[in-house]
Amino acid sequence: MKSSIIIVIFFALGILLGYLIDESIFYVSDDLSTYALHFLLFLIGISIGCDLKVFRIIKKLHYRILFVPLAVIIGTLLGVAAVSVLFEDITLNECLAIGSGFGYYSLSSIYITKVSGEVLGVVALLSNIIREIITLVASPLLVKYFGKLAPIASGGATSMDTTLPIITRYSGKEFAVISVFSGTVLTIIVPFMVTMFL
Amino acid sequence: MNTVLLCLILGGVLGYIIREKKNFLKHLDKITFISVLALLFLLGFSVGRNPVIIRNLHNIGLQALILSVAAVLGSAIVSFVVYKLFFKDIKADEK
Repeated sequence: MKSSIIIVIFFALGILLGYLIDESIFYVSDDLSTYALHFLLFLIGISIGCDLKVFRIIKKLHYRILFVPLAVIIGTLLGVAAVSVLFEDITLNECLAIGSGFGYYSLSSIYITKVSGEVLGVVALLSNIIREIITLVASPLLVKYFGKLAPIASGGATSMDTTLPIITRYSGKEFAVISVFSGTVLTIIVPFMVTMFL
Repeated sequence: MNTVLLCLILGGVLGYIIREKKNFLKHLDKITFISVLALLFLLGFSVGRNPVIIRNLHNIGLQALILSVAAVLGSAIVSFVVYKLFFKDIKADEK
């Protein structure tokens, strides 16, 4: 729990400094976070490589591994459909399309902006960014109340890259391979599902 | 996406080679945590300097928040059922 508070503090500090700092004086490239991510993935690779238990797990799981992305799709669509009644200006299908981004905000928000306009595009962008942020920040709580698959489910398409370090930390490295698998399946499926609902 | 897999595979190969070096591996968790902090700081930074996100944070942000909480809760609940039904043995494997 202490570590997740430190994580939130660093994230908030990042937002604050990003907002305050004048880019003409102090420029931070977006590439930097990409490099940090790649370094992290490399570290996760090391921890998987030095413990071959992971591969025994895949063999053991067999077809069951498919239930993870399936659970994410069903759960997400049920969730957003349930709250769609709260919005007067967003239809059920638009809610389902936003949900079908599964955290993959760049791709899904571009599609939605093109088809349904800029306002809905921004809702999709924010909603999918928030999904990623919730996963990054709330993974310890998700594990505690919903089990070790929950951060993978919450991460959606991002569970193969940006949220993978956090998922590995709180669900254990046994779940890293499941996480990459689920995230990959969802990433591939995003463009099909988003366009299907619009 | 290819770079992502490449990083994982390179790390995996290196990890396999040095799997007996327990001294180094002890520090791996610590280095990973520091990198997580750096990554989150940088992600926060790009959110903070994006004017579209910051300007719309209060009005459209609420709708977005409701949708993402619903998506997270929905998928967490269904994944909990899947976990209880099919993944119990992974949990037992850990220790």
